[in-house]
Amino acid sequence: MRVGKIRRGAATVAALASAALVVAGCGSSDDENGTAGGTSPGEGKAECAQLTSYGDLTGREVHVYTGIVEPEDKAQKDSYKLFTECTGATVNYEGSKDFEAQVVVRARGGNAPDIAYVPQPGLLKTLVQTKAVKPAPQAVADNVDKWFGEDWKSYGTVDGTFYAAPLGANVKSFVWYSPKMFKANGWTVPTTWADLIKLSDEAAAKGIKPWCAGFESGEATGWPGTDWLEDMVLRTAGPDVYTKWLNHEIPFNDPQIATALDRAGSILKNPKYVNGGIGDVKSIATTAFQEGGLPILDGKCAFHRQASFYAANWPEGTKVTADGDVFAFYLPGDDASSKPVLGGGEFVAAFNDKPETQAFQTFLSSDTWANEKAKATPDGGWVSANKGLDVNNLTSPIDKLSASILQDPNAVFRFDASDLMPAEVGSGSFWKQMVNWITGQDTKTTLDEIEKSWPTS
Amino acid sequence: MSTGEKLLQALIVVAIFFAVVTLILTLTSRVRSRAGELIQSMAFVLPAVGLVGVGLLYPAINSINLSLKDKYSTKYVGFDNYKTIFTDADLLRVLGNTALWVVVTPIVATLIGLIYAVLTDHARFERTAKAIIFLPMAISLVGASLIWKFVYDDRIGLLNAFTDTVGLGRHHWLINSPWNNIWLIVILIWVQAGFAMTVLSASIKAIPTDIIEAAKLDGVGGLKMFRFITVPSIRPTLIVVLTTITITTLKAFDIVRQTTGGNYKTSVLSYEYYRQSFQSANWGLGSALAVLIFVLVLPVVIYNIRQMRKLEAR
Repeated sequence: MRVGKIRRGAATVAALASAALVVAGCGSSDDENGTAGGTSPGEGKAECAQLTSYGDLTGREVHVYTGIVEPEDKAQKDSYKLFTECTGATVNYEGSKDFEAQVVVRARGGNAPDIAYVPQPGLLKTLVQTKAVKPAPQAVADNVDKWFGEDWKSYGTVDGTFYAAPLGANVKSFVWYSPKMFKANGWTVPTTWADLIKLSDEAAAKGIKPWCAGFESGEATGWPGTDWLEDMVLRTAGPDVYTKWLNHEIPFNDPQIATALDRAGSILKNPKYVNGGIGDVKSIATTAFQEGGLPILDGKCAFHRQASFYAANWPEGTKVTADGDVFAFYLPGDDASSKPVLGGGEFVAAFNDKPETQAFQTFLSSDTWANEKAKATPDGGWVSANKGLDVNNLTSPIDKLSASILQDPNAVFRFDASDLMPAEVGSGSFWKQMVNWITGQDTKTTLDEIEKSWPTS
Repeated sequence: MSTGEKLLQALIVVAIFFAVVTLILTLTSRVRSRAGELIQSMAFVLPAVGLVGVGLLYPAINSINLSLKDKYSTKYVGFDNYKTIFTDADLLRVLGNTALWVVVTPIVATLIGLIYAVLTDHARFERTAKAIIFLPMAISLVGASLIWKFVYDDRIGLLNAFTDTVGLGRHHWLINSPWNNIWLIVILIWVQAGFAMTVLSASIKAIPTDIIEAAKLDGVGGLKMFRFITVPSIRPTLIVVLTTITITTLKAFDIVRQTTGGNYKTSVLSYEYYRQSFQSANWGLGSALAVLIFVLVLPVVIYNIRQMRKLEAR
């Protein structure tokens, strides 16, 4: 009898094991050659030409994970309608404020989305190191060669392999101001650094602190400070030194960088200049970056250096035009002849090579999508470096200005250095030390500490 | 795979698990032999052992393994990550801050709880008084941190409004080091004092009345009663409260993340391991910090369990 019992036990185990196998086998299987077969719903439509080769994707989903959250996510989702019409596949959009930290966890945990919008080339590099990211398909590489500059392709490339096509872009070298205040005081938009300082002194003499700023941004607190330093490096040391600096060909604490940080300090750490409408110098550290420029609306602050995307933070009803409530001018350098521009952008990384994923990658890298997105953003606040983007589809004057700068082959454009540096620096010590700097630490210690944290391997 | 399919799979697996356990239990309940009993007890113990293994043991071992590797977990670097913790100036400050938290929080929280429990014992408004100090326990640490962040706010903060009125001026409470660490610790004390008070109060009420009466007959009263009767009688409970709060303090991550994000020299171990792992993408150093917390918590936990056993044995 005993033997019989054991046999029965063994049979149970076997049954359990096979049941587990069946469960495991339930996962979806997919085609090998990048197409789902069948006739694409977009067959015959001109705007779908690039997408029909992926076949009929009806019923399939593309899971997109991104840090772009409301209110900016609506325009994103709206711009995917054409993709669904052309392929039948739907886009499952998930936005999270903790994207930067969570996407690495998901990639390493084998729970990656289909597509992620990575806002930093440095983070893309980290993701590639996890071996979860798939190289971009040929169709995407062709699109990028056709529509984007070589520098933009290089930001999506890691160790010679092209992974991620650029998505949106932004221009950071802007100073927001109030055209009304300028008119009332008879000021004109400054075109040199000296003019800018002269205006600041004039404003300070009237008893208002001319500059306002905010560095607080949750876990990323300090990043507006890194943008300040980068803009100053471009202006005091030039674009070539800037490139060497971000690639660590010169040390982070090079004397030229110290000069640039002191230049930033001549405004940010000047108690006569900051923090207009908010408080003293240290209050910059605790002011949320979204609120850093708002005192301009109350006439308590004259200048706020922040990227084009700051447009989204003005309260509803604010007129963002050259004769409205707020507008922006190019942050000038020592002379008006050279105009280096600092900017940033997101990149589309894919974690598998399913046909619907590749179809979506192709769609996003095309000029078609760039224009769809522009039309889906009636309130403005979005641009792309895509040369196929028709500037007339953009509504806001700031966006038009940004797009023309991005598309100008002669403009000296440099990508945000902190986004390109290794994560330990770019989203670690650089942020932290800028916070220490604004709360009282001197320039030398700040730069020495960041240099010390640069990874050796 | 859609969410529906995943849920269905999970349901199937759970159903199979229960079916198998039921089957084994029914079969073995018929058997009265020793082997049957063994199988029966195994059927009860093994799932728990399995869950502990998958949910606790494996991650712990994996963390130790990761802590010996480089930031991308590709090659072994020996004890380099641990060396970094004890040589890097920033991380040394993190260790210092953690030490401050661990020393100050349990002692002050327990003291406040104890004094409060003694003072309100048999007082007229005992219940209301206790409820007031116990209420913060019901708030999550994230919520508590948000509340206090407003209190410490530069512009609209209650604390600045107060110090300004009294003539002490306005201050950047969360920025100025090292005092900002103390202001953060206050948040945890605010939450934990209620816990200490409740447990200690119950223990005080459990002191046998004959001891107290005997002491009173001997002419003991007031402070002496507290020093020679109350405290010695509740000593084991005191230790359990102290160690429990110590463990909570070592894990306090929410407060630092919510109020300062580890800036202004306020980072502690439990926040730093998160920051290194997920923000700086340095899993080696992050895991090493996690292992360090584990090593620090372990003796306290063991001591705590021993004391609790003693308490139960009485």
